[in-house]
Amino acid sequence: MILDRIASRTPDTNLSRRSFLTTSATVGGGLMLSLSLPLGRSEAARPDGFAPNAFIRIDSDGQVVLTMPYVEMGQGTYTSIPMLIAEELEVSLKQVRLEHAPPNEKLYANPLLGVQATGNSNAMRGAWKPLREAGATARTMLVAAAANRWGVDAKSCRAQDGEVIHVSTGRRLKYGELAVEAAKMPVPGNVTLKSPEDFKLIGTPAKRLDAPAKVNGTAVYGIDARPPGVKIATLAQSPVFGGRVKSLDDTAARAVKGVRQIVRLDDVVAVVADHMGAAKKGLAALKLEWDDGPNANLATEEIARELEQATLGSGAVAHNIGDADKAMASAATKVEAIYHLPFLAHATMEPMNCTVHFRKDECEIWIGSQAVARVQAMAAEAAGLPPEKVIVHNHLIGGGFGRRLEADGAVRAVEIAKHVDGPVKVVWTREEDIQHDMYRPYWFDRISAGLNEQGRPVAWKHRFAGSSVLARWLPPAFKDGLDPDSTEGAIDLVYDLPNFHVEYIRVEPPGIPTAFWRSVGPSHNVFVTESFIDEMAVAAKQDAVAYRRALLDKSPRAKAVLDLAAEKAGWGQAMPKGTGRGVSLQSVFGSYLAQVAEVEVSKEGAVRVRRVVCAVDCGTVVNPDTVQAQIQSCIIFGVTAALYGEITLKNGRVEQTNFDTYQMLRINEAPAIEVHIVKSAEPPGGMGETGTSVIVPAIANAIFAATGKRLRKMPVDASVLKQPV
Amino acid sequence: MAFNVNVNGSARSVDVDGDTPLLWVLRDVLGMTGTKFGCGMALCGACTVHIDGVATRSCITTIDSIGNSHITTIEAVGATAAGARIQKAWLDHEVVQCGYCQSGQIMSASALLASNAHPNDADIDDAMSGNICRCGTYVRIREAIKLAMQTNKKGG
Repeated sequence: MILDRIASRTPDTNLSRRSFLTTSATVGGGLMLSLSLPLGRSEAARPDGFAPNAFIRIDSDGQVVLTMPYVEMGQGTYTSIPMLIAEELEVSLKQVRLEHAPPNEKLYANPLLGVQATGNSNAMRGAWKPLREAGATARTMLVAAAANRWGVDAKSCRAQDGEVIHVSTGRRLKYGELAVEAAKMPVPGNVTLKSPEDFKLIGTPAKRLDAPAKVNGTAVYGIDARPPGVKIATLAQSPVFGGRVKSLDDTAARAVKGVRQIVRLDDVVAVVADHMGAAKKGLAALKLEWDDGPNANLATEEIARELEQATLGSGAVAHNIGDADKAMASAATKVEAIYHLPFLAHATMEPMNCTVHFRKDECEIWIGSQAVARVQAMAAEAAGLPPEKVIVHNHLIGGGFGRRLEADGAVRAVEIAKHVDGPVKVVWTREEDIQHDMYRPYWFDRISAGLNEQGRPVAWKHRFAGSSVLARWLPPAFKDGLDPDSTEGAIDLVYDLPNFHVEYIRVEPPGIPTAFWRSVGPSHNVFVTESFIDEMAVAAKQDAVAYRRALLDKSPRAKAVLDLAAEKAGWGQAMPKGTGRGVSLQSVFGSYLAQVAEVEVSKEGAVRVRRVVCAVDCGTVVNPDTVQAQIQSCIIFGVTAALYGEITLKNGRVEQTNFDTYQMLRINEAPAIEVHIVKSAEPPGGMGETGTSVIVPAIANAIFAATGKRLRKMPVDASVLKQPV
Repeated sequence: MAFNVNVNGSARSVDVDGDTPLLWVLRDVLGMTGTKFGCGMALCGACTVHIDGVATRSCITTIDSIGNSHITTIEAVGATAAGARIQKAWLDHEVVQCGYCQSGQIMSASALLASNAHPNDADIDDAMSGNICRCGTYVRIREAIKLAMQTNKKGG
C-alpha cells in the first residue's frame, strides 16, 4: 500500500522545455511549481542564470506529490526532504506521495555539487533553504488563490493541514480545490520562512516514509525490476582489469536448461537465461580462457611502493600557514610517521545490476542509481543514442556508499543488451561485484610535527599520495593538482596549528579503478590526522583529550562535542588490562563529531570494539531519529573497515571474492552505541557519512591505549597485536 | 522437470532443473521479489525464507529438496503471529535503512520468536549472526526483537 507512495516518475522528455517556466498546469489541471535556485556553477555557462530544481505537484484531487531530487539509499532522505517541504507547505507527511526524479541536470542538480547526484553528504545541506522556500512559495500561492476566491486579504488567511482557512469566518478550502487557481497566481519574489520556534515537523522524530514497504517485501529495488518478457543474465568479466577473452567454448553452457544465449564481448562473457539459476549454472559451465593483458603481474605491494616513491618528491600545496620547515627546525621534539590505507570494496547488499531494453532507436533502463543523469549520459554513449532516447527509471537503492555514483554497470548492461532481443536484467554475482568494484583508493601518507618544550605543536607537515576520484568523475573539479575531496579532512582541521603545510600528489594506480567510498576524502585523512594527533599527545606525555582540548580555543563547537563525548564515555576512568579507550574528533561535511571507542584486545591479537560513545553537533536537526540511525550505521561501517576491510591484488586479480574473504561485521560483533546530540541553531550538516571517518582512528587510538602498539596501517593486523607466548 | 511446491499456502508448479536454488524460482520464475539475493553461498542471509517454519537460506536450497514442505516468504510472514509482531516492532523501532537485507532479517527474527518466546542476547546472536546488514542496523534489530518479545508477553 505504501508502495504506491514511492512511484517511479514517468520520464518526461519535455522537462527541459518546461524548466524555463516557473509554474504550469499539470495534466490534471493542478498546480505545478518548479523553483529557481542560484547554482554553484558559473553563470556564464548558463545563459538563463537559474535552473529549477525540484517539483511540488498538487493535483485537483488534493494529492500532494513530491519529486525527490535526492535518492533514498538508507540515509533517510525520503523522509527528511519531504519534512522540509511539508513544514512550509503546511501538510502532514501522511498527505504526500513521493516520486523518484528522472534524469534532468537542469531541474535536479544538487546546488552544492552542480550535478544531479546524491553523495558527499550534500542532500540536506543543499536542500535546507531551497526546499523550504519551495514549500513556502507553493503555500503562498494557495493562500493567494483562496483569498482571491473569497475576496479577502491574503493576510487574513492561513494554511494548515492541507487547507487554507479564513481566520475570522472559519471558511476553509482544501488545497486540491485551489490547485487550478493557485497555478494562475503570481509567483512571489521572496517568501518568509518560518522561525525555528514555529517548526511542527523539523526537529521532531518522523517515521520513515519508506519503512512499511521495506518490512513486507513490496519495496522495489533496481534488482526487482521485471519488465514483461525480461531475461536474466549474469556475467564473467576479465579477472585482471584490462584483460580480454582469449577463448570460449560454450557448448556445455548452451545445453543448460533455461539458457537462451551466450554474449561474448571483448572483455566479458554473459549468459542470458530464463532465470538467474540457469544463468549461473551456464556461467559455471563455460570453458573460458583469458588473455590477462598488461596488468597480469600487478600486486598491491607494487602500487604501495609507487605511492611511497611519489611522496619522496614534492606535491601540489593544498594548504599552507606560516613556515613549517623553519618552525620544525627549531622544535624541541619532532614526531614523524608513515600511514597506509588499503583499497576497499563497497559490498552493497544489493549486488550490482541493471536492466536494459535496447530497441532500434531507443533504450530503456531500470536501475537504482545515486547519479541517474550520469547513467543516462553514459548509457547513451554506450548505446550510440542521443541522451533523450535513453529512458531511465530510478529505484530504491539497496546500499550506495558511493558505488552507485558510478555508471559502469549501466554501460556494461547496455553493451550486453545490444545483442539481446527484448529486455535483459544483468545481475552481478557477489564474486563479480567484489572483484569488479571501483575501489576506495589506496593511500600513502608521510606526516610530521614539531612540538615546543610544553609539547604544543609548532609545525605540521603532511604529504600524501593516492588516486583522485574527483579528477575522473568531475574533471573540472581537479585544478592545479588538487581536488576538494582528496584533501577534505587534511587541510581543515579543528585545531589551532600554526606553521601548517599539506601537499597532495595524484597517483593513479594501474590496473584497478577507484571511486568514492562512504566518507570519501575524510575516510582517509581523518584516520591519519586523528591517529597522528594521538601520537603527538603521547610524545608530549599528555592525555589525548586534554591535548586536543588545548588546541580548540578557536573552535567552540569542536570543543563542546569533545567534552560531551569524553564525559559520557567516562574518559579517564580506569579500565581492565587488555582494554582501552580511544578518542577522535573531526569537522567534515558541515558536522562536528567526537567519538570515544572502547576496545578489548585478546592475547591472540583479536580486537573487539565493545562500546562507542558519539557526541554530534550537526547544526539544526531535521529528523533526530535519522541522525541517530546514521551514526549507528556509520560506526558499524567504519568498524567493519577497521577490523576487516582490505582489497588486495595478486597477479592482477582481486583476491577477495565473497563475504567469506571480504568480511562484514555481524550482529554478535556489533558494539553498543550511544549517541548524544548537541542542540544547535546552525544550518544542518551532512550526516550520512561523517560517523565512518571518525570511528577508525578512535579504534586505532583505543588499541594503542590497550596494548601500547600503534597501528599505522588498516585493517587491524592481529599478528602485530598478538602477545608473545 | 516440473516441481510442485507449496508457497505461502498456494500450490505452484515450476519447470526448472532440480538443482535450481529456491531463491531463483521465487524471484525469477514466480516473480516474488521480496526475497533478496546477496551472496549465493548462505553467507549473508538476505535470501532467508521459512521451510516448515525453519529459517532457511533459499540461495543454496535446491528445488528438488523441498518436497511437500511449506515455504513461507516475506510476502506472507505477516500472516503468522510471530511475523506480524516482528514486522510491527521493526516499524515501531524504525529499524530499516536501505532495507535490502531486511526481508531476510525479518524472516530470521520471526523464526526465532516463533520457536523461542523469550530469546536472550545469546539466542539473538545465534539466530541473527548469519544475516549481514551493511547499513549497520544491528543495534535496532536487537532492540526490536526484544520489543516484539515484550509484546508477546503482554499479548499472550
